[in-house]
Amino acid sequence: MKLFRNFALLPLLALLGGCNAIVLNPAGDVAIQQRDLVIISTVLMLFIVIPVMALIVFFAWRYRQSNTSVPYDPDWDHSTHLELVIWAAPLLIIICLGAITWMATHLLDPFRPLGRTAPGQAVAHEVKPLKVEVVALDWKWLFIYPDYGIATVNQMAAPVDQPIHFRISASSVMNAFYVPALAGMIYAMPGMQTQLNAVINKPGDFKGFSANYSGDGFSKMRFDFLARSEADFAKWVSDIKATGGNLGRTEYLELEKPSEGVAVRKYASVDQQLFQLIVNLCVQPGKMCMHEMAAIDAKGGLGLAGVNLVQSIEYDKSARRGSAPILAKTYVASVCTTDAPMGADMMDVQVTPVSSTPLLGAGLPKPAATFQSFAPRPSNS
Amino acid sequence: MFDNPELMKAIFGRLTLEALPLHEPILVATFAAVAIGGVAMVGALTYFKLWGYLWKEWFTSIDHKRIGIMYVVLALVMLLRGFADAIMMRVQQAMAFNGSEGYLPAHHFDQIFTAHGVIMIFFVAMPLVTGLMNYVVPLQIGARDVAFPFLNNFSFWMTAAGAALVMASLFIGEFARTGWLAYPPLSNIAYSPDVGVDYYIWSLQVAGVGTLLSGVNLIATIVKMRAPGMTLMKMPVFTWTALCTNVLIVAAFPVLTGVLALLSLDRYAGTNFFTSDFGGNAMMYVNLIWIWGHPEVYILVLPAFGVFSEVTSTFSGKKLFGYTSMVYATVVITILSYLVWLHHFFTMGSGASVNSFFGITTMIISIPTGAKIFNWLFTMYRGRIRFEVPMMWTIAFMLTFVIGGMTGVLLAVPPADFVLHNSLFLIAHFHNVIIGGVVFGMFAGITYWFPKAFGFKLDPFWGKMSFWFWVIGFWFAFMPLYVLGFMGVTRRLRVFDDPSLQIWFIIAALGAAMIAIGIACFLIQIAVSIKNREKLRDWTGDPWNGRTLEWSTSSPPPVYNFAFTPVIHDNDAWWDMKKRGYQRPADGFKAIHMPSNTSAGIILAGLSALVAFALIWQIWWLAIVGFLGLIGTAIGHTFNYHRSFYIPREKVVETERARTQLLQTARA
Repeated sequence: MKLFRNFALLPLLALLGGCNAIVLNPAGDVAIQQRDLVIISTVLMLFIVIPVMALIVFFAWRYRQSNTSVPYDPDWDHSTHLELVIWAAPLLIIICLGAITWMATHLLDPFRPLGRTAPGQAVAHEVKPLKVEVVALDWKWLFIYPDYGIATVNQMAAPVDQPIHFRISASSVMNAFYVPALAGMIYAMPGMQTQLNAVINKPGDFKGFSANYSGDGFSKMRFDFLARSEADFAKWVSDIKATGGNLGRTEYLELEKPSEGVAVRKYASVDQQLFQLIVNLCVQPGKMCMHEMAAIDAKGGLGLAGVNLVQSIEYDKSARRGSAPILAKTYVASVCTTDAPMGADMMDVQVTPVSSTPLLGAGLPKPAATFQSFAPRPSNS
Repeated sequence: MFDNPELMKAIFGRLTLEALPLHEPILVATFAAVAIGGVAMVGALTYFKLWGYLWKEWFTSIDHKRIGIMYVVLALVMLLRGFADAIMMRVQQAMAFNGSEGYLPAHHFDQIFTAHGVIMIFFVAMPLVTGLMNYVVPLQIGARDVAFPFLNNFSFWMTAAGAALVMASLFIGEFARTGWLAYPPLSNIAYSPDVGVDYYIWSLQVAGVGTLLSGVNLIATIVKMRAPGMTLMKMPVFTWTALCTNVLIVAAFPVLTGVLALLSLDRYAGTNFFTSDFGGNAMMYVNLIWIWGHPEVYILVLPAFGVFSEVTSTFSGKKLFGYTSMVYATVVITILSYLVWLHHFFTMGSGASVNSFFGITTMIISIPTGAKIFNWLFTMYRGRIRFEVPMMWTIAFMLTFVIGGMTGVLLAVPPADFVLHNSLFLIAHFHNVIIGGVVFGMFAGITYWFPKAFGFKLDPFWGKMSFWFWVIGFWFAFMPLYVLGFMGVTRRLRVFDDPSLQIWFIIAALGAAMIAIGIACFLIQIAVSIKNREKLRDWTGDPWNGRTLEWSTSSPPPVYNFAFTPVIHDNDAWWDMKKRGYQRPADGFKAIHMPSNTSAGIILAGLSALVAFALIWQIWWLAIVGFLGLIGTAIGHTFNYHRSFYIPREKVVETERARTQLLQTARA
């Protein structure tokens, strides 16, 4: 397989000679496996595409009108054997490719924790991946390192050969988080959290960017991905710790406002709840978090009383993107208690649903039980 | 009055003088050019007294042939606009390096790529496909018109009204800055508060009505109006692909209408279907729009496959190889096209099992498509291939499309898609299949059926020039994009920071310039052919030694298409008739019952455009007045009792005798 792969690479490399085809020459194990898949699938398909192209040219030339030396068979329009072949040949290719697809899609599912950091290098059980929380803002990237309590804008670093676990969200519109050298992309969406597991194997400076159009400043929504040795990474972290600066809810609301081509920023400390607040769309104090609303709704909702909770939003996102909206933007105010005056505490909230199949129907449990975990401490009880 | 903002708002809604882009020099120059051209055209039409002719013979015509031609004309006009957008993007991307911002600000560039996509799909490819189907299908099945001739005229004008709205957005206000599918939350009111997305929504809603109704119309035509003896398995392949395409249209377009209606509720009424707040979810939009969007791809490409089948068989002088498997392949593609939509967003985080399911169904589509390629291949085998222009397009299609198909299957492998999604590789892929498949197919079709429609062939020299510039230009324009995709360059970028990319963008821009020459050659071809029409005249009605029924009539066919409904014995009906020494009947003609022209279609569509314009600018009184006018006109039309007339027997006899004489002179 290895030999076959290298052989297959030759024409592609010749074609791309001189240019920096990062997708074909990445630095992370996941991206390398994805690259291999690109090449294997291409080669598999070339088995049928090249003969077909050759036959098209050959038949077109051989059966040209002026060549009367070849047979002419105007009524020949059927051959069972030939038809079997023309359906079976693509079918066989697709069976092979389908099998490869099924396996590779499961193995390279971005949500799946890494099993290896390089060929033959299994990840030991006790290895904890580096956690990075990524937020696509208008139009820059925020990286939060919950393990280190630091945050950066438009620059991130990671130690080589160590699994990285990304949790990815967005503040306003859809983006896609993509570092070609590291691994394939995944969408960053507001109010939702996607995940990516990856590893970088070579030290170096790589580029990351948004791969999904998100408005005016999209072109400059780029960041540096620094792959560092363990020692250099530790130094990078301690340098940030030394620079000072805090990213709390207020600072975030300021940072979140649209801006283009933002220079790298570093924060020595960060609100530990910030990412969960962003995902739940409630960084603004007093706004009800999505998980709270889901918990209330799962219990049947508040009925008409819920209308009283809808407040006009104070700052409005639309004014930041252009002319004024026709409708006043509204939001749901948080339900507060005496011990949590700003609404429920995010710290211990587990936002992952227990079961991802909240199906209703005869004999099935009511979804309320399923979503119980959204609100371990229901705020209205 | 002008200093009362409340009153002005009640009268003009959001429309103010600010909406006119007087501060944008590019647009002012464009507007000046369009205005001068428009005034010149209106002046010429008035001077030559052509308004009455156009109105009576074309605009109000319910003849499927004229409507088909109007669709194609609309598409060619919109092609110029859509292609101008393409050129502007290519130039911007070739320029914006080394700190240069290029010449287009984001506000402008983002509208251009959105408009390019919308125009090329909805107002170029769709009208081309619908136009060809409209022209050819009734002729191929031996019918005198479509099932609902008035509806056909109305459908066309609705499509034209949608196109007019997109064009209006160029000079009054702006177009969407969201990408051609307008994903929320970006397209929600919160992030796109201006009129752009409203133009997008209403132009597609208005045009969508037309597309849906023309789908219903052609299905009814094909199912109910085939000549006696033409069983389903004796239908010409183009008609088969038309049937499948229209089934797809009828099943898919309501989804687009529905999802855009939900988006407009979000924008106008403050609902939260696709917002992030209040439990709304943008992923729902992405799913719904692609449940329409993927079948749309096959709506476009299936009729092109039909054209290639007709062309290959005609110019190889052979029956189509594997007619039955060709039909089944078409039907299988029709069904499978509904099971693959998720491959447009593997990167949205569905589970591995969901992703692999949709990846594998996508790959399965390549099996019937591959079978089709083999069928054309073996149709050429032991043929006598004449390399006329339509056949050249077909060969170029086969060579180009297999590459596009291969990159498509590659993108269907989810982990491979993770590294290539939204990249220029993807852009190269779908232009590879849409230009290489649909556009080449439509050019083949136009060149093939032009003599049928106008009575003379297109000039082959300029046709070949256009062909070579298009094909070579296509390869130059899009192969660099494949390379750039591997270099990790994503789509819709306005400026770049890596100077090593620039050379590829320059090559791509040169390719686009070659395509521009190709388009120019096509227009020259039409002009030259009109000038030399006597030399290129087709007296026989069968200039290519054709195989299907449309070639049995004169070129252009009489209004009633067939004096006698033909009886079909073989799926190459006309070939079969020729082989068995068919003689045209010389007498026994009867008066022919035909539908009458009506102006209701153009009036209804005009009012729809007015209502849409009022809704875009929130001029509520105008929307209400326009809507009442729409209902009133529709009810008024039901009292129109002059729906049909008889072409007198003498007229038929005279027309047919003239044709007999022509045939005799042609033979002599």
